[in-house]
Amino acid sequence: MAVQISLQINGRTVEAEVQPNLLLVDFLRQEQRLTGTHVGCDTAQCGACTIHLDGRAVKSCAILTVQADGARITTIEGLASGAELHPMQRAFHRHHGLQCGFCTPGMVMAGVSIAENHGTPDPAVIRAELEGNLCRCTGYHNIVKAIAAGAREMAGRS
Amino acid sequence: MPDQIKGGVHQAVVHDSAAVHVSGQAVFVDDMAEPRDLLHAYIGVSERPHAKIRQLDLAAVGAAEGVCCVVSAGDIAGQNDISPTHTMDEPVFAEAATEFIGQPLFAVAAQTRDQARRAVRLAAVEYSDLPAVLDLEAALADETLVVPAMELKRGDADAEIAAAAHSLKGKIRIGGQEHFYLEGQVSMAVPGEGDEMTLYCSTQHPTEIQQSVARVLGLAANAVNVRTRRLGGAFGGKETQAAMFATVAALIARKTGRPVKIRPDRDDDMVMTGKRHDFMAEYEVGFDDDGHILGVRYRLASNCGYSADLSEAINRRALFHLDNCYYLPSAAMKGLPLKTNRPSNTAFRGFGGPQAMLVAERVIDEIAFALGQDPLEIRRRNFYGSSERNITPYHQTIEDNVIPEIVSELAESADYVGRRAEIARYNSDSPWLKKGIALTPVKFGIAFTTKYLNQAGALVHVYTDGSIHLNHGGTEMGQGLMTKVAQVVAEEFQVDLDHVKITATSTDKVPNTSATAASSSSDLNGMAARQAAQTIKARLIDFAAKQYELPPDQIEFLPNRVRVGNQEFPFPDLVHQAYMARVSLSATGFYKTPKIHFDRQTGRGRPFYYFAYGAAVSEATIDTLTGEYRIDRVDILHDVGRSLNPAIDLGQIEGGFIQGVGWLTSEELVWGEAGELLTHAPSTYKIPVCSDRPRDFRMKLLEGAANRENTIYASKAVGEPPLMLAISVLHALSDAVASVGGHRVCPRLDPPATPECILAAVERVRSAAGHD
Repeated sequence: MAVQISLQINGRTVEAEVQPNLLLVDFLRQEQRLTGTHVGCDTAQCGACTIHLDGRAVKSCAILTVQADGARITTIEGLASGAELHPMQRAFHRHHGLQCGFCTPGMVMAGVSIAENHGTPDPAVIRAELEGNLCRCTGYHNIVKAIAAGAREMAGRS
Repeated sequence: MPDQIKGGVHQAVVHDSAAVHVSGQAVFVDDMAEPRDLLHAYIGVSERPHAKIRQLDLAAVGAAEGVCCVVSAGDIAGQNDISPTHTMDEPVFAEAATEFIGQPLFAVAAQTRDQARRAVRLAAVEYSDLPAVLDLEAALADETLVVPAMELKRGDADAEIAAAAHSLKGKIRIGGQEHFYLEGQVSMAVPGEGDEMTLYCSTQHPTEIQQSVARVLGLAANAVNVRTRRLGGAFGGKETQAAMFATVAALIARKTGRPVKIRPDRDDDMVMTGKRHDFMAEYEVGFDDDGHILGVRYRLASNCGYSADLSEAINRRALFHLDNCYYLPSAAMKGLPLKTNRPSNTAFRGFGGPQAMLVAERVIDEIAFALGQDPLEIRRRNFYGSSERNITPYHQTIEDNVIPEIVSELAESADYVGRRAEIARYNSDSPWLKKGIALTPVKFGIAFTTKYLNQAGALVHVYTDGSIHLNHGGTEMGQGLMTKVAQVVAEEFQVDLDHVKITATSTDKVPNTSATAASSSSDLNGMAARQAAQTIKARLIDFAAKQYELPPDQIEFLPNRVRVGNQEFPFPDLVHQAYMARVSLSATGFYKTPKIHFDRQTGRGRPFYYFAYGAAVSEATIDTLTGEYRIDRVDILHDVGRSLNPAIDLGQIEGGFIQGVGWLTSEELVWGEAGELLTHAPSTYKIPVCSDRPRDFRMKLLEGAANRENTIYASKAVGEPPLMLAISVLHALSDAVASVGGHRVCPRLDPPATPECILAAVERVRSAAGHD
């Protein structure tokens, strides 16, 4: 039986009827066409599906859509303001923080969350905090560099 | 005007897709807008490693909610085979018997993916079990081969070993590796009019997918088009393994007339697809008092799984890398590609080379322990020479050896000697934590060892506004190939990189391509694209010379403009003039690697165009009470020739190294007694995470290292070689373990060196050294 929900996605109010077993990641990708949030491992290990739910980085493959009723969600598509990239997105771009790019949206979302929680964290903190996001192409070096740089820029801006 | 284009060769340009990746706009296959009447397919698989299929009852599957179509072997109009080398041993669907757990038996298509996944579970399969060969040990006893055994021989190894002052024997067991591409396997088939079929496929080898689909559907290749814009990682795992998913999607699309998408769940992907081959090697070496190798005898057994797949070429590349950087005056090498009831093991970054190099380095270690010398000293004494001691066991003369220079420079910059002394002091003061250090070199042969694969095509258009469209046979899987080839084209035309449009790999644009593999895609596709650009450039020069009545040498391509005698035109202006004068502005390019040849019967030839070299020093600390460890510091010096793009090359070196570290330390494939993969998710299969990275990580490209062969802008291949730099980590761990036995006992640390494995090695070395 479908359930009526209302939530905010990237600043937009969305009303929807969803099945109770619909995963949030499937709702975002299939019903909202927000395909920047990826499915990597299906089991909340790899972090490719990381989004922000009420300001916290969460794995959207491990949350039911109905649990997001009333929540405020930001996906990778909602991070930039118009054509201007978010500082964390710019930092990943500038510092070569990606190769195949499949993990990148989740990495960027995790990076923003790390910066919000830790200000301008040192690399050791970033490495510990980023354990829930897997990358198979890079050795994480430029990802850590990008998050550190993005966090500095975010701190400078606020 | 600026005197240099933006984004030419040798510049550290960012990846062409970086902007769409960071904004979430990049389109992977599963992100494409879905056609309205799309069906979702799922594959039903065998639950037995080896059994006769007595009955396959799919009635309940067909009756399940949302199911539109069920297909099995009987629905195949063409051949039920997707074996990449036409060995006819790899069916789309098993028919009479099943040969591994996870082998496809049938597939269903339903309105939703969830319905399809639920439906496959309703199949009633009756098996009659047959004897199964589940691991290498059993395979060695059984000795069924997927392709014939192979040999390399030089000199009389037996006689040399027998006559040597010292000799020793041993064995090394080397684990496999799951690719764990972040984007799993995925294909979407869209039927066109008549017999046409288009596939959007995450594959390293669109041409092979095209051929497989045509073969399975019973079509000519010209009816099938395969498009690949990008892959979310592959590492060899989407070279042949993509075919099972693509052909299933195409079969159902043909049968239903509707588009079909298939994306296995991660766990199913890991169960169904092949991995890096696990190996067991037996070695025997004869050497003199100084540690010079005089002769080796190697037997290299590999676990190929149930079918041939690419195992012949993988085993051959393995034999070609048993020397690594070392001169072997006599050698007898045998490769046994063994059949087991496992998924068919396949290409994985290094393609047999890494396993062989581990054997070579183990032998060096054994000699060092036998003589009580520093392994680095033994390595140096055995390095290939430049003008002598430079013939490989396959009789290729090494003409570009830089390993002695690389190792000297690295040993110096990383202070190998000083740190080894410091580590010895640390270890004598530290009862439980022990450190180790190792320097290992890499020499990796570049070219497909199957000669005909060393060819590539490209297609370049220049439009009348001066914008350029680039297409070639290589696929983009994160390695930056598209960026590098676009840099080449920008350089050729002397236009800024953003004037060059990178487009999806497509079998209807550039046909008959080879896999994006063997590290050679920049070499091959870069050359082909350059040739296409040069063809158009020659036409433009010819046009301008005639139009302005000048000798051709008065036409010069300057940054974003063309000098024609005493005047200069912006590039688009000249292009437009040429168009108005009816000059063709589209060209294909083609390249084939020169000089290479190899005779499989005699085991002689020049399989490699050139070699890529590198070396790494790693330092690690182990906890002798728990077996846990950390990597303290890594120094890498790697040869990429004159880098086409230093940022991308450093990314390949770092990423390859860390992937190699995963393979040799934490990535352990565990199989159950019934032949089932137990580690089928990242919860149990541990690829490196961010915190596993060495604390102190220093990477450098070898300077002044232009490729001596005529490669694209004197660059060298970089995709695979850095993975093998990770062998230094295994040896650093081994060195730390050896310290508990006073460096008298070779730890014989087999990878993956998990903490359990380290702990066992500590105990073993302690008791062998009589320290207990």
